[in-house]
Amino acid sequence: MAMLLEVRDLTTRFHTLDGVVYAVNGISYTLEEGQTLGIVGESGCGKSVSVLSVMRLIPEPPGKIAAGQVIYRGQDLLKVDEAQMQQIRGKEIAMVFQDPMTSLNPVLTIGRQISEALMVHMGMSQEQAYQRTSELLDMVGIPQTADRYTNYPHQFSGGMRQRVMIAMALACMPSILIADEPTTALDVTIQAQIIDLVKTLRDRLGMAVIWITHDLGIIAGLAEKVIVMYAGFIVERGNVDDIYDDPRHPYTLALLKSLPRVDRSSKERLATIPGLPPDLLGLPPGCPFTTRCAYVVERCHQENPRLEPAGLGHEVACWVDVTTGRER
Amino acid sequence: METTVENVAANVLDEFEIPPLSPRELVWRRFRRHKMAVAGIFIIIFLILYSVGGAFFLSESYANHTDTSKRLQPPSAEHPFGTDTVGRDILARTIYGGQISLLIGLFAVAVETIVGVLIGAIAGYRGGLTDSILMRFTEAMFNIPQLFLLLVMAKFFAGKIPTIQLLGRTFSGSVIVIIFILGLTSWMYLARIVRADFLSLKEREFILAARTIGTSNLEIIVQHILPNSMAPIIVSATLGVASAILVEAYISFLGLGVQPPTATWGNMLDGAYNYIDSAPWLWIFPGILIVLTVLAINFVGDGLRDALDPRTLTE
Amino acid sequence: MSDDQVLLKVQDLKKHFPITRGILIQRQVGAVRAVDGITFDIYRGETLGLVGESGCGKTTAGRTILQLYRPTAGRVIFDGTDLTVLKGNALRHMRQRIQMIFQDPYASLNPRITIARIIGEPLRVHKLASPQDQVERVQELLHLVRLNPRFINRYPHEFSGGQRQRIGIARAIASNPEFIVCDEPISALDVSIQAQVVNLLEDLQDQLGLTYLFIAHDLSMVRHICNRVAVMYLGLIVELAAKDELYDHPLHPYTQALLSAVPVPDPKAERKRRRIILEGDVPSPVNPPSGCRFHTRCSRAQERCAQEEPTWQDVGGGHFVACHVV
Repeated sequence: MAMLLEVRDLTTRFHTLDGVVYAVNGISYTLEEGQTLGIVGESGCGKSVSVLSVMRLIPEPPGKIAAGQVIYRGQDLLKVDEAQMQQIRGKEIAMVFQDPMTSLNPVLTIGRQISEALMVHMGMSQEQAYQRTSELLDMVGIPQTADRYTNYPHQFSGGMRQRVMIAMALACMPSILIADEPTTALDVTIQAQIIDLVKTLRDRLGMAVIWITHDLGIIAGLAEKVIVMYAGFIVERGNVDDIYDDPRHPYTLALLKSLPRVDRSSKERLATIPGLPPDLLGLPPGCPFTTRCAYVVERCHQENPRLEPAGLGHEVACWVDVTTGRER
Repeated sequence: METTVENVAANVLDEFEIPPLSPRELVWRRFRRHKMAVAGIFIIIFLILYSVGGAFFLSESYANHTDTSKRLQPPSAEHPFGTDTVGRDILARTIYGGQISLLIGLFAVAVETIVGVLIGAIAGYRGGLTDSILMRFTEAMFNIPQLFLLLVMAKFFAGKIPTIQLLGRTFSGSVIVIIFILGLTSWMYLARIVRADFLSLKEREFILAARTIGTSNLEIIVQHILPNSMAPIIVSATLGVASAILVEAYISFLGLGVQPPTATWGNMLDGAYNYIDSAPWLWIFPGILIVLTVLAINFVGDGLRDALDPRTLTE
Repeated sequence: MSDDQVLLKVQDLKKHFPITRGILIQRQVGAVRAVDGITFDIYRGETLGLVGESGCGKTTAGRTILQLYRPTAGRVIFDGTDLTVLKGNALRHMRQRIQMIFQDPYASLNPRITIARIIGEPLRVHKLASPQDQVERVQELLHLVRLNPRFINRYPHEFSGGQRQRIGIARAIASNPEFIVCDEPISALDVSIQAQVVNLLEDLQDQLGLTYLFIAHDLSMVRHICNRVAVMYLGLIVELAAKDELYDHPLHPYTQALLSAVPVPDPKAERKRRRIILEGDVPSPVNPPSGCRFHTRCSRAQERCAQEEPTWQDVGGGHFVACHVV
């Protein structure tokens, strides 16, 4: 499989009045053609910021991509100029956000917005764009009613709007689709529809997908490779079966244990993760999970562990081997 | 639509739980960034010291003391601001006049705020018929011209207003009349704003929570909604003082304001009408003071309005 | 369970929100039929789950039960007293015994007052403690919800989402209620915090003998915390059963689709699943479909479903369902 995207040591910070927010702290990963990568973590772990950095959509100021490389088809996206980046955004790498209302222009009709993207990026004529828009709307399952072009975003339901977003994202046949919590605000049956749609399109078009969410259930059913993030670091990564069957990082472990399941009767209390999510205003020397970790040892306070192999294609950043409970 | 930095910017920082400052600290910090607003505060402090403190140096009787032999004298060592048409010291008159002008500003705003908040709160909270009636009444009040009222008042009360003795000062009762007229004709703007605020606030979840607990409507209004709608009230009150002072100035200029011999900055301008060229000191000093006051208050008001902007003060 | 164990009886409860048009005179041209006739009992000490997707009316149902919205029709009988006929002080007095925990930990606390006043408000309103004793009682409550009592004079913004939710819980139990409506109490919280709050709710239920109506859309969490579960769709309850019975043997097509749509954090299980994908969107509660409201999206719909509203059937074992095709 060809290497499509390689992220190396990506570091992003925000300079706010209250101090520096260490949002993303040197993360690295790769994405092959047609692969589906899931990035999992809670709010504030840096998962959204990391992909916004890849797309160079971080507002500067107050943000700044402080270090790293984002190599797409051999080119470092962090070094190209904005004009080239605009060519890549939407055409090669497309993005779908959580709230379609902020990404869709409320005063333009759906038909116009999609056609516009086509005409600008693919140089289509109005006729061709109209035709293609029709195909796209069919592809994402928007019923063929007469007013589907002339409707405005607010006239569609949340699920429909998200389909429109996907249609726009796929309009130019990108190689990578990045989806940032696209179904978090949707009902569970609508969410199932959207995920089903993305899977179908992904398989049909051979697209690579990066799906970001806090929902471990979605990732289990969608991703091939998984990255778990905490406080701007990658704490564990591997293929999806390894992460769920054999989690090695205390955070992943604790998270999986704290989730109730719809297909199982539960009699015991939910396991909890004590403490609070991390404060990103500082970068303490040790591991960021120390204050909440059940396996903490002295070394954890002093040094932040790097990702080390824990199996085939499975890496974890931890000083302790959770299978034995002893320090590595 | 292109995914651009602008579209994305608003959402990015939401991901982080940076511990926010308290509302008060946030407001103060943002206010401080308005250099003009801070300057305005200093100017206001100065003006208050001037009008109140100045009274310790020059007595009221001195301010009212006429001496036609010394009339229309330009500024000198003895009379730093010169003398007026009947020989009174202008400096002293600006001090005592300042007291009255500022007093009118403050109390007119007090009347305006109380009436405006009451009506706006009741209309916004009760809604329905009460709201309709109160709003129609408010709109009707908009159509009553202040000037007309003042003309009528002037005609009606001419010569009948007693002088009042208060806080060691003697001044014309027309001051009280002016305060009420100003207050009772400018509350409508505030009422509308307060009503809008109440309409939206009463749907907020913590209000629902208070109702769930069984808190009475009055307590909800006073303890929950009002403290959260202070922003427009404060801004309105602040700017209202400037507005009242200005209105007082021009109605006095028309001769309908506070009656002599009580001085206000406004009626001092009126007295200068016939001497604009020949004795400019008659109007320059009170004029400057009015301008300074109004400007300073406006700066402070603008600073407050930006600092209190609810759109960026989400909890 | 015997009848004297029933704490709350909801009978054919309806809440319609009128839609009006007109400038001078407002005419009612329609109504949002948010809750359109629900009936169920809640037993003392249990947790009844009320689930459904957006627009199903579950939040409206919770608020109407508490008389925060006055019902359009129907009755709510709490411990023998019909709440729908109470007004003014009588109703306010009753509120001591029935409380609510809200969804949004940021919006449900007044940002301008200290948490001492927030939590103490029920004590003040119902005169449950003298001003001197209030501080002590608030500290007790903070302790109960596992927050440091030292924080008593802080403001809401100084706390995290999970902590604010605990403050909301402390406020809800302050008046020693018997019944609490939990309206999506954990939806707005991070996953790692949700378990903490759920455990707290369960512990409080044991310690204080509380009865919960747990409104939520997270079906996995509902399975964990509830004893019985009711499924709502477009203002009506379509199925009600004990939790394991509902989750393992759902009868109504909507319940089946709902359960099949919930992702499970287990890749092997996910690969084996056969999802029932529903077509289209939820219809508008202004104009619900005729007959069975679900028939427009139901894969098993028959002619009868479009014409006749299904009746509430007792299938045995406390399992009820409203469906023609079952």
